[in-house]
This record gives sequence, structure tokens and C-alpha cells, in this order.
Amino acid sequence: MEYFLSEEQQTIKSLARKIAEERVLPVRAELDEKEEFPWAIIKDLADADMFRVFIPQKYEGLGGGCLELCLVVEELSRACGGVAATYAVNALGSYTLMEYGTEEQKKKYLPDIAAGKKLTAFAISEPTAGSDASAIKMTAEKVAGGYRLNGTKQFITNAGEAELYTLIVLTDPARGARGASAILVEKGTPGFTFGKKEKKMSIRASATGELIFRNCLVPEENLIGKEGMGFIQAMRLFDRSRPGIGAQAVGIAQGALEVAVDYAQQRIQFGQPIISLPVVQDMLAEMAIQVEAARALVYAAARTVDSGARKITEASAMAKVFASDVAMKVTTDAVQICGGTGYMKDYPVEKMMRDAKITQIYEGANQILRNAIAVELRKRKARTA
Amino acid sequence: MNIVVCLKQVPSTTQVKIDPETNTLIRQGIENIINPFDTYAIEEGIRLRERFGGRVTAISMGPPQAEAALREAISLGVDEGILLSDPAFAGADTWATSCTLSMALGKLEPYDLVICGRQTLDGDTGQVGPQLAEVLNLPFIAYVSQIEEIADDHMRVRRMVEDGYEIMESPLPAVLTVVKEINTPRLPSLRGIARSKSATIPVWGSKELNADPGKVGLAGSFTRVMRIFSPQRVCRGEIFQGDVTDQVDCLIGRLKDDGLL
Repeated sequence: MEYFLSEEQQTIKSLARKIAEERVLPVRAELDEKEEFPWAIIKDLADADMFRVFIPQKYEGLGGGCLELCLVVEELSRACGGVAATYAVNALGSYTLMEYGTEEQKKKYLPDIAAGKKLTAFAISEPTAGSDASAIKMTAEKVAGGYRLNGTKQFITNAGEAELYTLIVLTDPARGARGASAILVEKGTPGFTFGKKEKKMSIRASATGELIFRNCLVPEENLIGKEGMGFIQAMRLFDRSRPGIGAQAVGIAQGALEVAVDYAQQRIQFGQPIISLPVVQDMLAEMAIQVEAARALVYAAARTVDSGARKITEASAMAKVFASDVAMKVTTDAVQICGGTGYMKDYPVEKMMRDAKITQIYEGANQILRNAIAVELRKRKARTA
Repeated sequence: MNIVVCLKQVPSTTQVKIDPETNTLIRQGIENIINPFDTYAIEEGIRLRERFGGRVTAISMGPPQAEAALREAISLGVDEGILLSDPAFAGADTWATSCTLSMALGKLEPYDLVICGRQTLDGDTGQVGPQLAEVLNLPFIAYVSQIEEIADDHMRVRRMVEDGYEIMESPLPAVLTVVKEINTPRLPSLRGIARSKSATIPVWGSKELNADPGKVGLAGSFTRVMRIFSPQRVCRGEIFQGDVTDQVDCLIGRLKDDGLL
């Protein structure tokens, strides 16, 4: 398909693919097995300027947007969804700063993020606040010279490995979600520790864990944007970041499709390669259609985000939901085509099938996002009625 | 520290096919790459610059399309690429190549270090590095696997030998050839690729190098390639029957018949 990528976008995509094939693919099974954080690959990505892609040029980035980020995430995911998650979440942790940070905050943090010297994380989920993100309980009490943080954040990607953490916490608990604010905390701040590192079904190269705050004092200048705007900032952030999860799903599905085609061509049963069997051809064709449709939707949503459009909730939710459902279906079928071999850990498709699952869950469970799309449909109907 | 890296563009295959009519490489449909051994030289040059500052200049002798290899070197972090290209340079053997490279190095003085790969994938002689040092009358160390220490006027390196390694010291400037154990070459960067696309690659021909026509290309070559061919592989297996003693007797008998024992 022709997606009219610029020369620069094509360069980003092909270099990301080179890194994925030369540096990620040979170690993905080991990273998955050992649940090892991919520091060597992070260094390769940093050296290749991949962390600069989504940062404005003013802060030593390359000035790309959502689409450029999606191209990198897609190519990394084609080799390993876990490595891609680590990379993508770094953008998630930077967006709030890029959108709502002061000039001083941006100057202080963005160049290091662009250079890959500091990884970031974004923390909203808590034990009692998952899909219902407004149910967060962690507090940031205003005290002389800053905020005192107390509470726990759960299931945080890059926990322990990132240097910079953007938290959504309650500065005014009485007002609930309207009393939430975004606050930046650096690793090593007294009172900020890491709890349990989660053992996960998939994307096991990425680190997921708890952030624990006990009377952790941060200076006032660590507030990002205005007090009370944290929840809205987070929702807008997810609108921008969801095409990235769609891209992760497309990459995982693409990887699985390629493995399935290779296998079907090599595997001889009944005296012929199984790709000669109409039933297998039918499955492969359907997989290819789904992957391409998902890619088209993800790129279109990313371009919508980059256009500066104000209403992007539907576009980005559609891309994430569709692509993640496609990834689950396509990876499941890839395992089916590869049969017993595909079911074994020696072969990459079982990992891809596990990796696909998370894309239906995080950054808004697909059920929640379908609900958000329906809300927009009803709103539009109400306006025209 | 000013470093010059010599590199060559080669066909990206070890399955080289020869045109039986012309005795030359069949290049159609084969992608050209930087000679893999030279990528370690490039990486080492960039690492030294990162530690000590200065410049890394890549030079390559070859046809006009070898410019692509120099652009790739720039995308990896080399500061400048210079192409030595002239129809008069064609058909050069390793000696004529070394002479041509030495003329370019004369124009690039002052430099501290010249780094080459240990050999090329296509020619495979491993002669250009040492011959270049000879022409330049500079100290030479082959098969370097580690630069242990380097200062303004000397260096200490580790070189691979058959059953271990040697540690050698040399004054600078000097010429080195490096082995793959020395480093892991980096991948290009996005900013490097952008720089490589807009970089100007100067082309130095006979005129720019003030080359004596008798010292370059075919005219300057001491050797002539008479014929290049892929060897015919003739392998025939034979399985001896009987118990082990019979089989060993048969084997020894056959080896004696063939004059091998």
C-alpha cells in the first residue's frame, strides 16, 4: 500500500527496522524468558536518534509527531512487543511535559529525553483505579515550598528503570477527578521507592511495577500545568498516544503474519507445502487484509493527531481498538497455522500471541474505548437533533 | 586527533560469481556495501574522536558509485568523505591502490593515525594496509584487536597472532589494520543520515592528486590478473563395507594407492 510517507518518514521506518532486525530480533526470546530490561537496545535506539523523533527541534529533537513515533513503534513491535512498549511509554511520559510544561521544565528535561539519557514513565493507575481512572486516591498535599506525595501507583511501565515520572495525583481530594494534577518526580527523591516488579504474561522485556510514595517532598516547580487539570491532561494525552498502541498491535500482527507465511511455505504435509491448501490460503489472506486495514487506520489516526485537530478521541480510539483486536486474531491464527510448532516457545508466534493480548487491555481497555466512541456518536446525534 | 579511515565498496556477497567471458565480477543484481572489515575501522576512528576530539576523514578509491559508501560512513559519524576516482585509476592492483591512497593522505596531512580493515571481502589480499604504510614510510601494525593506550605521539595496541596476542608500541603517525574483535560497529543515526544526504563528497582524480600516470591504475600495477574462476568442486564419497578392521584396512589401502601414505 502507498501511504505517502515523506523521505524522512521512510528513513525513520527503515532505520527502525534495521535496529529491530539486527539488535532486537536475535535477543527477543532471551529477553522474554529472563524478563530482562533491554538496556543495550535502549542505547542503540538512543545512538540512532530514535528518542529524538517525537521531541520538538527546539529541545534537540527531530520535530516529528504521532506518525513518526508510530512508525518506530510498529517496526520495533514487528520484532518484539516488549521492547516497543518500553520505547513507546517513554513518549507517553514526555507528552505531558511537551504539552503543558513551562519553558523552564521543557529546557530542563526534554534534551535529556531526546538524547535517550533519561527514560520517562507515566503513572495514573492505582490498585483501585484502572479503567475508572477518576477513582485515584494518591494525594499531593500542598506544603511550604512544594507538595508532599503519599500513595501508591500500580502497573507502571518503566518503573524502576525510568529517571522521570509524571504522576496524576490529587492536589484537592475533596474535588475528586477535578482536583487532580500532573506532578513530575525524579527517581531518587527521598520518600519515593519502588514496590513489587510484576511478573507478566507478555511484553516481559518491559518493566512493570509499583511506585510507592511516603511523605515524598517535591518542589512546587514540579507541577506540570495547572492544579486541577491533571485528569483532563491525562485524557488528552491518551487521545494522542493511543495510535501508538495501534502501531504496536500492527507491528506484532505483521511479524506474526510473516512467520505464518514462511512456515506455511516450508511445512510439507500430505506431500505439499501447507500454503497450497485452500483453507490455509484463506486464513493467510484474511490475516493480510486485517493487518493492512489496521495499518491504514493507525496511520490515518496518527495523521489526524498531527493535523492539530481538536477532536481526536474517536479517531485514536478506533485505531487502537481495531488494531489490537486484529493483532489478537492474527497472532492466534498464526499460532494455528504453525500448529504444534507454533505452540512451542522455540518458535516466535506464541510470544507474539501473548504480546498481542496487552494491546487490547492497556491505554484504555477496548470495552472502555468502544464506550467512548459511542459517547461521541450520541453527542453528535444530540447536537444535530 | 586526526584520523583517516580507508574503505572500499564491495559487492555484498561471499558467493561471488565470475563472468567466464570477461573474467570479471558479475555485479548485476548485487547490492554494494562497505567492506565489512572496514566497518570496524570506521567505528574505531569514530570512537577515538569521541574520546579525544579531532576529525575522522574517510577515503575510498573506486568508481563514481563508491560515493554511496562514503555517504554511509558519514551517516555513521565520519566527518568527511573523499572519493578517489578517475578512469586512470581503473585496474589497479594493491600496490597501485596503495600509491593512490598515499597521494590522498599527502593532501590530508597532518594526521595522527590511518586505520584500515584487515582485508577486503572481494580482493581478500590484506595487502593494501601494509603497502600503504610502506609507501608512506610509516610504522605499521596489522590485526589490531585493541588500542590500549593512545597519546599525542605514541600508542600501545594489542594485535592478534595465531596463538595469542602481542602488545606493541608505536610512535604516531602510524597505519593500523584492525580485526573484528576490536569493536561492535554502530548503526547509523537519523541525524547522521540527514547529514550524509546533504554532504558534499569531493572527488579527487589524477589532477587533484598530481598523480604520475605510471604509478596509478593498470599502468602502475606490478601484477596482472590472468584468469579468475570459481573452482570446480569435485567431491565423491565412498563408504567402505565390512567390520571396523576391514574398513580400516580398505582405507589405508586406498590412501597408499593414492600416494597419501
